[in-house]
Amino acid sequence: MTHERETISGARGLDRDEPLSFEQDSPGRSGVDLPAVPDAPDRLGDLRRKDAIGLPGLAEPQVVRHFVRLSRMNYAIDYGLYPLGSCTMKHNPRLNERLARLPGIGDVHPMQPQSTTQGVLRLMSELAHWLTELTGMATVAMTPGAGAQGEMCGMMAIRAAHEARGEPRKRVLVPESAHGTNPATAAICGYEVDTIPATADGRVDMAAFEAKLGPDVAGLMLTNPNTCGLFERDIIRIAELIHGVGGYFYCDGANFNAIVGKVRPGDLGIDAMHINLHKTFSTPHGGGGPGSGPVVLSEALAPYAPLPKVVQRNGVYELVEQEDGPRVGRMKGFHGQFGMFVRALAYMQSHGRDGLKQVAEDAVLNANYVMAKLQDVLPPAYPGPCMHEVLVSDKGLDGTGVETMDLAKALIDEGYHPMTVYFPLIVHGAMLIEPTETETRQTLDDFIAVMRGLVGQAKAGEAEYFKEAPTMTPRRRLDETLAARKPVLRWVPEAPLADAAE
Amino acid sequence: MSNRKYTKEHEWVEVSGAEATIGISDYAQDQLGDVVYIDLPDVGQDVEKGAEAAVIESVKAASEVYAPASGQVTARNDALDDNPALVNESAEGDGWFYRMTLSDPSQLDDLMDADAYAKFLETLD
Repeated sequence: MTHERETISGARGLDRDEPLSFEQDSPGRSGVDLPAVPDAPDRLGDLRRKDAIGLPGLAEPQVVRHFVRLSRMNYAIDYGLYPLGSCTMKHNPRLNERLARLPGIGDVHPMQPQSTTQGVLRLMSELAHWLTELTGMATVAMTPGAGAQGEMCGMMAIRAAHEARGEPRKRVLVPESAHGTNPATAAICGYEVDTIPATADGRVDMAAFEAKLGPDVAGLMLTNPNTCGLFERDIIRIAELIHGVGGYFYCDGANFNAIVGKVRPGDLGIDAMHINLHKTFSTPHGGGGPGSGPVVLSEALAPYAPLPKVVQRNGVYELVEQEDGPRVGRMKGFHGQFGMFVRALAYMQSHGRDGLKQVAEDAVLNANYVMAKLQDVLPPAYPGPCMHEVLVSDKGLDGTGVETMDLAKALIDEGYHPMTVYFPLIVHGAMLIEPTETETRQTLDDFIAVMRGLVGQAKAGEAEYFKEAPTMTPRRRLDETLAARKPVLRWVPEAPLADAAE
Repeated sequence: MSNRKYTKEHEWVEVSGAEATIGISDYAQDQLGDVVYIDLPDVGQDVEKGAEAAVIESVKAASEVYAPASGQVTARNDALDDNPALVNESAEGDGWFYRMTLSDPSQLDDLMDADAYAKFLETLD
């Protein structure tokens, strides 16, 4: 180990901790000269500002440096491998960005007359077509603003379908291996959540599932591939069973990136599925958003799809915003995340059918490559090949004194964003690694070497380092427990010196 | 610790007179890690054996705490609101969750005593 040194400035090389802009306040300092406010009558009534606004006084270069310094503490897919399992942090092709900024697309307004937006309506119509084509479903609701809202939209359609039949139901079955948003969605739609346990190989326990079926079951919410990174091999039987009791089959399509072009969910008996455009179709993710979660629906649920929808009549595209029917109400004020639609369609069309199939194949191949190269030091939680992500438990760290969280923190010192940790909950000390299809073998080999090296160091008795990691960052290990127990949600100025002296 | 019993979901229950005190086991707190928040049932609330009675959140996970028997909540450990760390420090003592009446004390018959629970823990990873 080289000599560790505290710097005089506190900076760690070219990276430094950065105080809040409020802590850098120099009252009265400003980057711009504004004219004096004219004397005018106040028409704000009770909304009139009573206290000082409290913005910090800063010069322009201070503001610029503040945000550039903060951005240097960030980690991005444009910087390096981002193996955050269940999140699919994959490259955002620059072609998508270029097309989203074309004149007439980048500057279109949702209230423009439709005669001036035929091109963008056609684009929405084509994306909708390909989403239903790739999933084998009857229709798609394009507006949900993210995956979770897509889930809600799908579950509201299921609720509406039961109500239309005059038999509202109360229970929704959710396997343990489903995404955490699934039970939350069922609950917010007014359903009682009934959990189905997982088998020893990380899949739905079919006996437990069958035992829970009954005439009060509205549906099932299943994630496939599930959040253990495994394909639910009984999915067709699951669909038959849920339909057998008059329930509907909701599939969380967050992991569609592992099967796109290979399997059509409609062929598996699924009634509703949202698609996170960022995960399968490479739109920006994680603060680069916004999200977009179109939900595809089967014939049985299609009548309940919310408006608006784009239709074509006599060669003219039309945005239908009102129509009689038992539909779920609008999910958004306007027409969905159009900028994301452009990027997703660009991705689809630049890949083609064969390219999208290869996307799924490469995502699965990369995850299995990582699993194969790590399995002797970090054994997978479940046997057999995985899908697009590999789930390992903390067994490989047994007896070292190093825990999953410590390993994740050490990865930061090594220049990587850590994988997902402690999720899914059904695996002890879970680490969920999703390399995605966009990484080269060299990138994966480098990451694998780091992971193997860290496990080796843990086994060599360097637990003390791991407990302190990260050590090379401007901020060292944060006290996450204290942050959760006593969160400081708002900055307050320190008491002025005069008060303190008294 | 005479009549303390444990569930497979790692709750403990101890009957004293007409009331039972409920908490989570020391094993459970160790598995959860630092506890940051506990949502306890309200006094007067009816709970049902096997149904969710409380929620515990740690830095690692949020988990349901199930009622080991049916009955009505008579007291809640208010100290946990301000100091959830009590569960880590003393899961089976000061970190108790709530007290309740038992509508059918025989519901506790099939729970494990301390020895049986210790053996059960050995079967877990």
